[in-house]
Amino acid sequence: MSTTGNKKKYKSQSRNRRVSLGVTYTILTVLSIIWIIPLVWIVLSAFRCEYQPDGTFIGRVTSNFFPRAYGLKNFKDLFTATYYGVPGAFPRWMLNTLMIAVIDCIISTFLVLSVAYCMSKLKFKMRKPFMNISMIIGLFPGFMSMIAIYFLLKSIGLTGNPSHPEYSVIGLILAYSAGAGLGFQIAKGFFDVIPNALVESAKLDGCTSFKIFRRIILPLAKPIIIYQALMSFTGPWMDFIFAKVIIGADNAPYWTVSVGLYSLLFGTHPDTNLFTQFAAGCVIVAIPIVTLFMFLQQYYVEGVTAGAVKG
Amino acid sequence: MASITSKAPNHKTNQLSVRERAGKKLSDFGKRWSDGSLGTKLSHFIFGAGNFYHGQYAKGLIFLLVQIGILALMIFCPSINGTPYGWKALRNLSLTHVTEGGDFDPLTGEFTSGSDCKLMVLFGFVTIAMIIIYFMVWNLNINSSYKADEEKKIGKKPATFKEDLRDLLDGKFHVLMLTPTCIAAAVFTILPTIFMIALAFTTYNSQDMNDLGTNLFHWNGLQNFRAVFTGEGSLGVEIKNRFLPVLGWTFIWAIFATVTCYFGGIILALLINKKGLKGKKIFRTIFIFTIAVPQFISLLAVRNLLGEYGPINSMLMDMGVTKAPIGFLGLKPTDSERLAKFMVILINMWVGIPYTMLMTSGILMNIPADLYEAARVDGSTTTKMFFKITLPYVIFITTPYLISSFIGNINSFNTIFLLTGGGPTYTGYQAGGTDLLVTWLYKVTIDQGSYNTGAVIGIFTFLITATITLVTYRRSRAYNEEDTFQ
Repeated sequence: MSTTGNKKKYKSQSRNRRVSLGVTYTILTVLSIIWIIPLVWIVLSAFRCEYQPDGTFIGRVTSNFFPRAYGLKNFKDLFTATYYGVPGAFPRWMLNTLMIAVIDCIISTFLVLSVAYCMSKLKFKMRKPFMNISMIIGLFPGFMSMIAIYFLLKSIGLTGNPSHPEYSVIGLILAYSAGAGLGFQIAKGFFDVIPNALVESAKLDGCTSFKIFRRIILPLAKPIIIYQALMSFTGPWMDFIFAKVIIGADNAPYWTVSVGLYSLLFGTHPDTNLFTQFAAGCVIVAIPIVTLFMFLQQYYVEGVTAGAVKG
Repeated sequence: MASITSKAPNHKTNQLSVRERAGKKLSDFGKRWSDGSLGTKLSHFIFGAGNFYHGQYAKGLIFLLVQIGILALMIFCPSINGTPYGWKALRNLSLTHVTEGGDFDPLTGEFTSGSDCKLMVLFGFVTIAMIIIYFMVWNLNINSSYKADEEKKIGKKPATFKEDLRDLLDGKFHVLMLTPTCIAAAVFTILPTIFMIALAFTTYNSQDMNDLGTNLFHWNGLQNFRAVFTGEGSLGVEIKNRFLPVLGWTFIWAIFATVTCYFGGIILALLINKKGLKGKKIFRTIFIFTIAVPQFISLLAVRNLLGEYGPINSMLMDMGVTKAPIGFLGLKPTDSERLAKFMVILINMWVGIPYTMLMTSGILMNIPADLYEAARVDGSTTTKMFFKITLPYVIFITTPYLISSFIGNINSFNTIFLLTGGGPTYTGYQAGGTDLLVTWLYKVTIDQGSYNTGAVIGIFTFLITATITLVTYRRSRAYNEEDTFQ
């Protein structure tokens, strides 16, 4: 009697579970579609190749979600077109951004790691004041000092320099990487977890602080190094406001790719028929960034989680 | 007495009050002067003299060069773009009698468009920083000489330059490691911040500088702050009428954006991590994918998708839901402000939820399983377990994130700027219906060149975020028990 009752109960439980699993699948599928639709649309627009009856190309936003014809014309145009008087502007912007991103990545990662190590594993008088000051500074909106940084760079000729417009790229790299050291909190949280006993015993063996950093901390810090490098490398590809202000709106040859793409849509460019080319540019930019993220997902998640818990 | 102090947390007992510390500094200073050798005494006037006295030539030379360098800067006042450093920069900081650097006309007593007041303020602060550095190095050089005295007294040889350099890799490693960041942050973060704060107390505003020229302004005290309440000045009406609405919307936005993304993310994480669900990885990847796409791409995609001629509007029109395209994002002045506000919060969920999902997934998996076992034995339902175990656990762990994401949302520039551009706009005002303090700050400074008003808005933003942080963060475990983690 009791066993059949249990069986019935078990059966209804497993049915309940199957129903709730089904509901979950449905919800997740719907959500996934909602989340992916705008991105799919951008990719579709990049491959859109529609012509008006009179033969002119349609580059605007159109009301049809799915293109009526596909082709690679947008990509071809994007790479060969002259934007803002710069021949081959898009490849140039890509190269600019790549260069800025690589240099920024190296400098920023180095600064962050060195500060985080000091804050976590060394004892000195200015430790607590340094942490407090860096926290207070971090509370000022970045846009407030942006214009001041522009004035500063301009006064030393690193931007808005009529005879050397290329110097503004150096200015932008400085602006990106100079403050990086103050964002040490996540890396410090990571170093804090490395047992102090390890450091102490190395010290007893006569290791200098430098040796401890190089031989013990750095090898253990691989995940956080990758996380920091990923963040500082992708930063210049995503930011456009800082780049626009520091490099200057009239300095098109030295723009980063995001500034360039943004100004295809909203700039003073006479041709407004550029949405599909913008979409093609987005696809080109997104591919390497997304690939990087996907490959280094595990480190990204680790860093994000560490940051969330330590604050 | 001793037992009481020993109970107090460790880091408090070592701290002296400011007064005690100042007293100790002063007596140390007297001691260095009276006990020090001839070299130490000389070091008070000539940097590095003590080091030369003790045979530490290289170190002494460095100190001496710093002294000569800074003094030369102070006396000779080299100038950049016609604006001098040095004592003239200090004098120029008053912004009243500008004779250097500009085309000052002694006949009329007026300056013409050559002088650049912003550089004067900037260089004035740099010079003040130089003076502070001068005295810091001064103190360091006496200390260094005094230390060599002490070492000699007990029969030790003062450290050679080589030993000093080697110590940079060990005992003084933090000096080596922190110097680049300190210099970079001082120049590119602290100096600009102080400079912008200073601008809030000036008339630097390209709107009403016609009487003075484009680069000239003067100090005007708290007038810009008063304008928030009185509405005087060229941007006064704007800031008076729009400040409170923008501030209010900034708070509403920050609260809704934080709460929706936070709980949405937790729910999504729970759904994906549901027991027995297959394809967890695929779902996770889809959502991480949206994080990986640069925001300016995904947000501009949404903007165009919802635009006047975009597919969504045309679909709604085909279905007969609406006759004319709906202005979802307030891009035209006639569009509904309420709809635009609703839409940015909604779209922000699209941006923010995967992020919280990613973060809470890890935390969810770390909840001790025996908690659930015990609850199940006691006959708890799934809902009950969610509210009594899962939610409290996740909230407890992620409180710091909740605070920092609230502050991040107050400063959330990209979402608003890329989606609505602050719209719908009102004629005569910069700040539109969905403008936050930061986007308004951007418009006022970059588009309009009202640097003083922008600085006032920036200072208010800082005060808000600083208050929230101080109240919450200083109470949190992460801050108070920071030492225990070490």
